[in-house]
Amino acid sequence: MPPVQEFEFKDPAARAADTTASVADTTQSADLPGEKMVLNMGPSHPSTHGVLRIQLELDGELITRATPEVGYLHRGDEKIAENMTWTQFIPYTDRLDYLAPLANNVAYALAVEKLLGIHDKLPPRCQYIRVICCELARISSHLLGVGCFAMDVGAMTVFLHTFTEREKIYNLCESLTGARFTTSYTRIGGLARDLPPGWTDQCRRFAREVVTAINDVETLLTRNRIWVDRTRDIGVIARADAISYGLTGPNLRGSGVDYDVRKAHPYLVYDRLQFDVPVGSVGDCYDRYLVRMEEMRQSVRLLHQCLDQLPGGPVNVNDGKVVLPPKETVLTRMEELIHQFMLVTQGINAPPGEIYFGAENPKGELGFYIHSRGGGAPYRLKIRAPSFVNLSILSHLLPGHMISDVVSILGSLDFVMGECDR
Amino acid sequence: MNARDLAARLRTRFGDLVSEPAEFRGEITLTVADAERLPEVCQYARTELDFDFLLDISSVDNYGDDPRWTVVYELYGLGHRCHLRVKTAVSEEKSELPTVTGVWRTADWHEREIYDMMGIRFRGHPDLRRILMWEGYPYFPLRKDFPLAGRPTELPEIAFTAPAPLEGGPFVTAPGGKDAVQREPRVRTAEE
Repeated sequence: MPPVQEFEFKDPAARAADTTASVADTTQSADLPGEKMVLNMGPSHPSTHGVLRIQLELDGELITRATPEVGYLHRGDEKIAENMTWTQFIPYTDRLDYLAPLANNVAYALAVEKLLGIHDKLPPRCQYIRVICCELARISSHLLGVGCFAMDVGAMTVFLHTFTEREKIYNLCESLTGARFTTSYTRIGGLARDLPPGWTDQCRRFAREVVTAINDVETLLTRNRIWVDRTRDIGVIARADAISYGLTGPNLRGSGVDYDVRKAHPYLVYDRLQFDVPVGSVGDCYDRYLVRMEEMRQSVRLLHQCLDQLPGGPVNVNDGKVVLPPKETVLTRMEELIHQFMLVTQGINAPPGEIYFGAENPKGELGFYIHSRGGGAPYRLKIRAPSFVNLSILSHLLPGHMISDVVSILGSLDFVMGECDR
Repeated sequence: MNARDLAARLRTRFGDLVSEPAEFRGEITLTVADAERLPEVCQYARTELDFDFLLDISSVDNYGDDPRWTVVYELYGLGHRCHLRVKTAVSEEKSELPTVTGVWRTADWHEREIYDMMGIRFRGHPDLRRILMWEGYPYFPLRKDFPLAGRPTELPEIAFTAPAPLEGGPFVTAPGGKDAVQREPRVRTAEE
């Protein structure tokens, strides 16, 4: 038997304090000040996952100041939302976090349903299917997040493993929604269509297979010396900073804050399902990676429970003023014809009022603030994009690190510019 | 402890500066009468009432009404898990209110976004620049008098915009119109 190597581990709090102290040291070095160099990273750099640009001020290899510049993918989604009906905006939500469109669809539909006051009238089957959608999206997004993170720091193989699994999720999306990427699956008050025949079995098979892939990734990374060296004690976000900067999702939980919207304010049927919320202890890149890995396992757990408990029945709210009536009744009956006409030409007539609804998306809390003055379109729709908020910590987080650590930190924050820039 | 109790405590501390709490769909909204004193209210909410998490800051353009701007803060407490919305109104002539970056650092980018999109300035903000549009862009695109199609701009050698072709394109609905013709005037042009 080979000798067991002993590792010395300091306790997490001491490690976090050490790292923060050493970062502070390096920024106030006693050396003679050299000439600073400004390096422009992005907007097209492989590790920026889109079009993030960071202006780095360097002292040798050490970052002394970082200024993130966003907005290269700004499309004016909030302006567009004011000019179309509630239902017409659903395809635009696909293009926020385009790695988890199903979860965005669900979050937006729930927000409008909260405004309409029908969020507790959703049929159980619809709620279960929406949870399945959210968790598939979470697995898909985390697989990509971890895969790209690993590839950015040099572990190419992981990416190939995770993309094999994501391909299966895309196949599931395709048979569920008709599209692989831009799903637009939810409708206000329900879903575009019920599950196709045999879909639950395919989903079960996927849920079994993905565990093998997660195990493979764990084997490749979790105790890999290079990986651990590149991520441990790098990019430490203190608990207080994570809260003050408003981080959400795995980035907040990586810093040890036990906050998950699915647990704190359960929507859909999350209060009937069993799952655990993993939290980190140090708040470094490695912890954020571990949190994502465990979240995928919990999502698989949720998938199995939903598929086992999936009830029958309708998937749409039985309200002709919200959901389009079935086509055969539209063609034969007067009232349904009127409903159809009103819904298509004027949109769902929402009451005046304002609401905020936040859902636990893979990247963090995706919130919609809706200010309605009645009628078929929002007066103002503000999207609280988790990636936007999560990136705002960069100017605080990067100084004091080496330039090669930027890649690790960006990978571990797992952002999407489509959502950040809206 | 629920949001209603916390709102009542804010009201006992600040009196008439803070309005009666309004409830809609289980959410409590307070209006702060004087935008200048907003950071004071926020500081108290954060330190004394444990609203340690600022979820979001939004802005609404009440075009045609006075005051024109509403700035909306979504407060949350990770300890007591209560959500509270605080609103304040800002007039068009002033278009300025004090920053809350000293209370929550996440306010930094939210305030920059509001300045960029609506043109409301935040006094005392450490770095109030445009964030989504480029530096030098002359308009504030989320204002209600800015057309959906956009306006042409030219910043030689740097950036330009041209109005988007909307013909047969997305519906340009006007919320709150009396009938379908007013709500969905597809013939409306960008100049109107």
